[in-house]
Amino acid sequence: MDELLEILSDLHPEVDFENEEGLIDRGILDSFDIVSLISEISENFDVTISAEKITPENFNSAKALWALIERLDEEQN
Amino acid sequence: MQNNVIDYLNNIVKEKPDKVAYADDKDAYTFKQVYDYSRSVASYIAGMGLHRAPVVVFMRKHPKEIISFFGVITAGCFYIPIDEEMPTVRIQMILDNVKSGLILCDDAMKVKAAAFDTDARIVTFDEICDTPVDNDRLTEIHDKALDTDPIYIVFTSGSTGVPKGVCACHRSVLDYIEQLSETLNFGEDTVFGNQTPLYFDASLKEVYPTLKFGATTYLIPKGLFMFPIKLVEFMNEKKINTICWVVSALTMISAYGAFDSVKPEYLHTIAFGSEVFPIKQFRIWKSVLPNAAFTNLYGPTEGTGMCCYYHVDREFEEGEAIPIGGPFKNTEILLLNDKNELASGDETGEICIRGTGVTLGYYNNPEKTAECFVQNPLNTAYPEIIYRTGDIGKRNDRGELVFVSRKDYQIKHMGHRIELGEIEAAVNMVEGVKLSGCIYDNENGKIVLFYVGDIDKKDMIRALKEKLPRYMLPNQVNILSEMPFTGNGKINRNELKRMYKEENA
Repeated sequence: MDELLEILSDLHPEVDFENEEGLIDRGILDSFDIVSLISEISENFDVTISAEKITPENFNSAKALWALIERLDEEQN
Repeated sequence: MQNNVIDYLNNIVKEKPDKVAYADDKDAYTFKQVYDYSRSVASYIAGMGLHRAPVVVFMRKHPKEIISFFGVITAGCFYIPIDEEMPTVRIQMILDNVKSGLILCDDAMKVKAAAFDTDARIVTFDEICDTPVDNDRLTEIHDKALDTDPIYIVFTSGSTGVPKGVCACHRSVLDYIEQLSETLNFGEDTVFGNQTPLYFDASLKEVYPTLKFGATTYLIPKGLFMFPIKLVEFMNEKKINTICWVVSALTMISAYGAFDSVKPEYLHTIAFGSEVFPIKQFRIWKSVLPNAAFTNLYGPTEGTGMCCYYHVDREFEEGEAIPIGGPFKNTEILLLNDKNELASGDETGEICIRGTGVTLGYYNNPEKTAECFVQNPLNTAYPEIIYRTGDIGKRNDRGELVFVSRKDYQIKHMGHRIELGEIEAAVNMVEGVKLSGCIYDNENGKIVLFYVGDIDKKDMIRALKEKLPRYMLPNQVNILSEMPFTGNGKINRNELKRMYKEENA
């Protein structure tokens, strides 16, 4: 989780990712961020995020994203 | 002869008054509504005494923004679109450059507009969209219009940190719309799915052909470009059959396997441009839509949108670049070598544009204009301006134009044209920075910043967010204890590239 928080805060140093629950709903992340996030996540956690997992729900908070990574890690590794 | 883009609207409103012209996910406007509202807006502007004058349009992407553009044009003025995505510093520079007497806003932007240092009157669309139409005055304006009068100014990245306002006239836009429509086979059944922001010339491709043919344009909500499956579902719901997108929007769909769950059912025309389409991704698109027409477009803002096209009609190897093909009808491309002569054989040369598509120049900026809007060196007989793009190209063995590189430090990143110098200029303004240098990692599409100074990376990004548009923010930041220089004292970008490669090897 710390590693994910670091990736996120590199993108947006001004955001409190530990508590923010509206990354998509409040327009904090945009398509640039999603593309960089997906590639950083696949590099750092060795999981592949496919289109059906790229949903507002999965990217709305660091917690949700981390839960997704853990699920994918179980399935794929 | 048609000499004004607004004639497209005047004609189509008689033919298809009740058809939807522009819509987004919530609102839709028919040609009749577009016509009526734009004439009210125009009457308000004319009533202020503005004529052949710049009018700033500061709105969120919405059909009302397009109607405002037409209102400005109907008033015999020209529009300057600005957007909340632009950082405040940049907007202020644009306002200072154009010195507009009027800023047309929506409710959300009105407060923001008031915070700028400007003498302009600020009104919202909703406040003026029911202004009684002054038919006599609008007819008089229409009758006096020249096709060499400006239609818009759009701002593009400038290497010194000051954006340049490219000013285009009616004749260039009419020519572009006619040639593009013929090339891509637009018609009344075309349903456009617009992706590009309305503050770039890229959106001309949908905005004006919609009027010409009585087609329909859906402004696709920006948020959908984060979620590929939702995006394709939206396209199917609206029966979108034609898209002109930046490559990164297309690869967003193909790269993550969205086609495994959903396919665009109505799509038959796909135009792309502004950057290299990775062949692997292109093949995915082609295999999903084997019968669709795929066209690569090329052209700088200074040449009114696009000036070259290539219908992809053969297979390409991975790593190969899709050619930019050849010019639209009524445009010529001159490939000029170092001696200002036409390049021969497969010799490289600078891509220069000749014809009606060449825009008027940079607004209120004669120095920058003189640098690249120049007399055709092959013609000494009479004045003839060509535009030097700064792009280096050559012809392949089939005679097709191929993009090779840039003469300077301009890059294409996520479909946006960026001067690395503009990023450096912004970095150098940040307190504590001594020196900075930017490079671009073409392979991975990353802007990489190096700087020397007493400010940490997070504060750097924070400071840059106030000065630069989102798409210009560096994707990777490195602090150096000293900057490498070349023999003649310039920042050594090759050395920076080497350092970057070594670190990421």
